[in-house]
Amino acid sequence: MSEMNNMTAAESAATKAAVMNQVPGPDVEGQSPLHHADFAGLAKRGMQEGGIHLRELALLGHLTLRCDSSNHEQVACVAAILGVSLPLTPLTSAEKGAYSIRWMSPDEWLILVPGLEAFSIESQFRDAMPGHYSLVNSSGGSTVLMLSGDNAVELLKKSTTVDWHLSEFPVGKVVSTLFAKSTATIRRTGDQCFELVIRRSFADYIWLWIQDASLEYGLVIKA
Amino acid sequence: MLHIYCPHCAEYREEEEFHCAGQAHIARPLDPEACSDEEWGEYLFFRKNPRGLHHELWVHAAGCRKFFNLTRDTQSYEIKEVYMIGEQPSVVAGSVQQTTASGAKS
Ligand SMILES: [Zn+2]
Repeated sequence: MSEMNNMTAAESAATKAAVMNQVPGPDVEGQSPLHHADFAGLAKRGMQEGGIHLRELALLGHLTLRCDSSNHEQVACVAAILGVSLPLTPLTSAEKGAYSIRWMSPDEWLILVPGLEAFSIESQFRDAMPGHYSLVNSSGGSTVLMLSGDNAVELLKKSTTVDWHLSEFPVGKVVSTLFAKSTATIRRTGDQCFELVIRRSFADYIWLWIQDASLEYGLVIKA
Repeated sequence: MLHIYCPHCAEYREEEEFHCAGQAHIARPLDPEACSDEEWGEYLFFRKNPRGLHHELWVHAAGCRKFFNLTRDTQSYEIKEVYMIGEQPSVVAGSVQQTTASGAKS
């Protein structure tokens, strides 16, 4: 593409200045956007059977990568760092172990990693990634909900306009869409199991929405 | 609600995921300093408002956040065609071609 893609190693290394570890030390407790809801307590005290199961995957590392999918060096570099290749087909995802990548747009991917590994992976990108790209740690801006159970699809049907039939929405497919009018990136991880990446500032609203929407099915909180 | 094909996501989504960004194919004058007030005003403020075929710029705001072009009949709301930025419409006013709303131009 442009000459911006031909940064020298020294120029690439200079971009490391933008990276810092966002996770505070062990003396500071990390609190997810749904900390106040006390999922751990609700899991013990609340309903133990129901059609909707909800769990928060709190404090993961969220990395937004933008690069050129036709740049083979960049694509190979991502695979080398994460051990899994960028999903280049629209609306697909890939995962290996604790690392997962979602296609967000033709030049954008959302990578989720364990929270404590985010800084290390960011640093590896700064060291190794060639050419013009952007990697932003957006961990603090969103959180992840796992929605499962026999009525998970019914709840999604109430909340979105997406076709959730398995023939249209197979396991591994990912869409960015509106969930109860707030933005969400939803991935199917099993026949009845879905992962929602939601905005931090909408987390409480979506928590209230899910409680209301699952009244008729029964809501089981998992810690 | 319109059912709109996003050529980047390669599937149909509901209108609520999209925003219309107005008339398509508005070229910015290459040398703004050389424009008369009238030319600059035309570029900046004046838009078509046809009864019939209209070429519009849309963005998949809640999805992939990419822009694309869309040809729509403002009378029937029928979407005639969806095509990428940089491409020219194949359905234009006066053309007899009657494609249905599809991204499958191929
Ligand atoms: Zn799209």
